[in-house]
Amino acid sequence: MNTLKMYTKELNFYYGNIQALKNIDLNIETNKVTALIGPSGCGKSTFLRTLNRMNDIIPGIRVEGKIVLDGNDIYKKNTDVVDIRRRVGLVFQESNPFPKSLFDNVAYGLRINGEKNRVKLQERVEESLKSAALWDEVKDRLDDSALDLSGGQQQRLCIARALAVRPEVLLMDEPASALDPIATQKIEELIFQLKKNYTIVIVTHNMQQAARISDKTAFFYLGELIEFGETDQIFTNPRLQKTEDYVTGRFG
Amino acid sequence: MKYNLAKIKQFLGFYLLRFCALIIIAILAFILWDIISKGMQVINWEFLTQKPRNGMTEGGIWPAIVGTFWVSVVSVVFSVPIGMFTAIYLNEYARQGRLIRIIRMAIRNLSGVPSIVYGLFGFALFTLMFNFGLSVISSGLTLGLLTLPWTITASEEALKTVPLAYREASQALGATKWQTIKTNVLPYAVPGMLTGSVLGLARAAGETAPILFTGVAFFWPILPGFPKLLTQQFMALPYHLYILATQHHEILKVRPLAYGTALVLITLIILMNSAAVWIRYRFRKKYK
Repeated sequence: MNTLKMYTKELNFYYGNIQALKNIDLNIETNKVTALIGPSGCGKSTFLRTLNRMNDIIPGIRVEGKIVLDGNDIYKKNTDVVDIRRRVGLVFQESNPFPKSLFDNVAYGLRINGEKNRVKLQERVEESLKSAALWDEVKDRLDDSALDLSGGQQQRLCIARALAVRPEVLLMDEPASALDPIATQKIEELIFQLKKNYTIVIVTHNMQQAARISDKTAFFYLGELIEFGETDQIFTNPRLQKTEDYVTGRFG
Repeated sequence: MKYNLAKIKQFLGFYLLRFCALIIIAILAFILWDIISKGMQVINWEFLTQKPRNGMTEGGIWPAIVGTFWVSVVSVVFSVPIGMFTAIYLNEYARQGRLIRIIRMAIRNLSGVPSIVYGLFGFALFTLMFNFGLSVISSGLTLGLLTLPWTITASEEALKTVPLAYREASQALGATKWQTIKTNVLPYAVPGMLTGSVLGLARAAGETAPILFTGVAFFWPILPGFPKLLTQQFMALPYHLYILATQHHEILKVRPLAYGTALVLITLIILMNSAAVWIRYRFRKKYK
């Protein structure tokens, strides 16, 4: 029943001479939430960003191995990076709405793909804002600046913006780390809703969060994937001592 | 005891800083007061709209105003697009490395090259080699070269103020690099770029040395139509002022006219700088 949306095979990643990821094999299943946990600098964010080639922006990086999306290696020559990023969306740690209106923020990805039809844009903006559980709060003020929203609303707006281009996979880089508990709870409920239609990979620092929302958990340490399995198993019955030490808060 | 000493030091330090700032303001106020009080006496409608007459001892400065306007236009048309595109290349596209560092250093150093050197360079390049002769176009291009380092540096600074997050978010949504720059970087950087360009222009408009060899004339009261004007010599405010102040055969007689010219030139430059401040102010209001 479980189908594979993405997987990596012997993935190595280098910033210049520094190896940030070592030999990572990881499976990402369709319509599941996969959480990446580990202490700062363990490579989990770097790994997340390799999945839609956002690291390409950084000069001096090098990738070895395979990252496969629906059977195709996304680092293969002649891959359309823009297309990959459309299919694999990314929500950043710091909410980063553009200093434009709410509507223009959500419509941005559609417009750069050439959608000009006002009615279609409106439909898709509404749909995306509903999916991001933001519509009821903002439906009367779509022309206001996105910067007038609260932090939690801004982050949900960024999620709506990512959803508007209808990605297949949604990557989230600590999407709730800058939010208060109530806003965090909203984001977590949202993720639970979203996994019906999307495959989600989320980096989090917060182990309770990973335990609450994810189906699978991957524990990274010093650039290596230490342990990967069902979330329940990782948190209640880890195979390795290192994992147990981390998830029980003995280091990290 | 120690506490009091620190307080006294702070007190003295504070007044020293304030004293230095006041000196600057006092010098500026004195210059402005001197020029305004003496310049106002000759400024009237005739002075602003008439050609000089009678060996430049009478009449106005209209040809110099027109000349300064047109060299400024040529310089802006030349330097602003090139400066902006260079900055976009350096900041957004170029692989940051040693070559780019050298180019940047060269640009910074160019802004310190004396303007007379630009004058001679412009003369050799535009007047002689490109055969543009002594003309508005040669002078305008030379002034454009002079402002280019400013335009590039200011444009790069403006691009740097646009958060990296905008670029990342845009590309994560499947935008190409150029789409990202066009829709999500430039709109926020252009006001800053324009501010820098206007400041550069204000400086260029007051320069004498770069136009000295490339086209400015002692006395050229002819005002032909637009396209033809570019290939002819011209009068300009800073050079006119220089002539009236130091080269005229009846220097005392034309002194009031020199003050009037100085006032007009300074007013123009203050207007340009105000425009730059206004652009920046609007930018802040809109995006913060």
